[in-house]
Amino acid sequence: MLDLTYDAPKPKVIAGAKHDWELVIGLEVHAQVATKAKLFSGASTQFGAEPNSNVAFVDAGMPGMLPVINEGCVAQAVKTGLGLKAQINLYSAFDRKNYFYPDLPQGYQISQLYHPIVGEGEVLVEMGPGPHDGTARVVRIERIHLEQDAGKSIHDMDPNMSFVDLNRTGVALMEIVSRPDIRGPEEAAAYVSKLRQIMRYLGTCDGNMQNGNLRADVNVSICRPGAYEKYQETQDFSHLGTRCEIKNMNSLRFIQAAIEYEARRQIAIVEDGGEVVQETRLYDPDKNETRSMRSKEEAHDYRYFPDPDLLPLEIEQAWVDDIAASLPELPDEKKARFIKDFGLSDYDASVLTADTDNASFFEAVAEGRDGKLAANWVINELFGRLKKDDREITDSPVTPDQLGGVIALISKGDISGKIAKDLFEIVYTEGGDPAVIVEERGMKQVTDMGAIEAAVDEIIAANPDQVAKAKENPKLAGWFVGQVMKATGGKANPKAVNELIAKKLAG
Amino acid sequence: MSIDTETARKVAKLARIKVEDDALPALAAEFSNILGFIEQLNEVDVDGVEPMTSVTPQRLYRRDDVVTDGDQPEQVLKNAPDAREGFFAVPKVVE
Repeated sequence: MLDLTYDAPKPKVIAGAKHDWELVIGLEVHAQVATKAKLFSGASTQFGAEPNSNVAFVDAGMPGMLPVINEGCVAQAVKTGLGLKAQINLYSAFDRKNYFYPDLPQGYQISQLYHPIVGEGEVLVEMGPGPHDGTARVVRIERIHLEQDAGKSIHDMDPNMSFVDLNRTGVALMEIVSRPDIRGPEEAAAYVSKLRQIMRYLGTCDGNMQNGNLRADVNVSICRPGAYEKYQETQDFSHLGTRCEIKNMNSLRFIQAAIEYEARRQIAIVEDGGEVVQETRLYDPDKNETRSMRSKEEAHDYRYFPDPDLLPLEIEQAWVDDIAASLPELPDEKKARFIKDFGLSDYDASVLTADTDNASFFEAVAEGRDGKLAANWVINELFGRLKKDDREITDSPVTPDQLGGVIALISKGDISGKIAKDLFEIVYTEGGDPAVIVEERGMKQVTDMGAIEAAVDEIIAANPDQVAKAKENPKLAGWFVGQVMKATGGKANPKAVNELIAKKLAG
Repeated sequence: MSIDTETARKVAKLARIKVEDDALPALAAEFSNILGFIEQLNEVDVDGVEPMTSVTPQRLYRRDDVVTDGDQPEQVLKNAPDAREGFFAVPKVVE
């Protein structure tokens, strides 16, 4: 069971010319498995190598070569399944999906159609910030199967030729198939982000969308309000519209734009009395439209059959249990713990658990200190400052110890919040131990009441006009506070100053 | 089950094997024969019999996740009809 509970977000409604329409979306996410070697060969998976240098003869489809499965890929798929609270199938098997393309030298992709390694699971997809803030969708996972990636074709190096690089050929992919539980473009993007986050926690996929190691095929259909609920009751797809599949998207922004465009296209067809044709479409980000890949339709007769080169993949429950025992704390658990143990808001906990680097930095800062204060400083000051310099948390010039030192000084009352910001900037740019800097540079808050009182008296004596005005309008007391803070170089305890001035002006 | 010449044409096209029109009827007849034989096998009652996946009882052999291969672009490209700048060069396939 999940510890965090939220209401489900409202489905997105698009107003057509005649009716309102809702969206129904399912995703197939292709995640490159983080391993050193490929799924069935000993060639490297390293991104950015010289063309065709990470290629074994089996990847190139040379005659007589046989695939031998990489156990590391199997372990990573099992780990991902466990992370998605899914059923692990101890028996799975590989099938051939047959089609011809220059970057697929075998003439088929080895995949798992009939017996995938992972069965049903679920993902909690939190929404927001935005219109759905504070809600979350539980998206059911139908299956995850292991399969080979294809090579890369480059079409723009020569006017008449396509160039083929087989480095990616045979790299292991996990295809994560969701149920049609997603009800809007933002939800689809949030779902992909959440999968990415979980897999990065697990270390099973780098999730670098720009390098193409996380890509999504998106199935979109439209229905009238009320129809989806009938589908939910009966699991009967006839209540839903005909779906179109938008292939191969590697950007969250494009996923959202493509869904939006595709839904409006389908609404226009149906309201015009036409019928949506089930087909595969491509999204063109330059024109912001989807277009049919009709010429490939015929190739969709994949003639799947069990791969005779590979025995079924049988794994033992004990091995799965070992992997389960090695799972790290996952995002949902970590977030729930941050809320409970450190008293953080849902939002702050989400930000701090977005990735493991953020989370461990925060934990090191908060250890034995005020958790809420630590969260404020990490999120507002540190993240803000890093963003300004375009730096990652992993190369922060301020260590958790140093930031923790600043926070400890605030908690002790040694420095005011304003001085703390100056101190943070010094630590960020010059380094050093915050406690030592405060001593050496005389930044310590003045808590000596005598000294503060002297400063207050001096300001009051020097400004009789202001005193007269402040007696009529107590709101003007703030001016005196500012003057005292200025006179003491910002080091006076603001609370003490406030109290003293109120007392003196009233007297 | 009988296979007509149109189905035979489609199967040949999917397999990217060129078959002349006048060879199609003979091919269709051969397919029909093979499928007829399989239909005959279907008559055998195999309820409760596990599918045989291998003639010898063995477990799928696994390799460790270690890089043991690659770094041989010249060998990989050696038989290519056309290769340029380390890539296979093929007639343009983009639509």
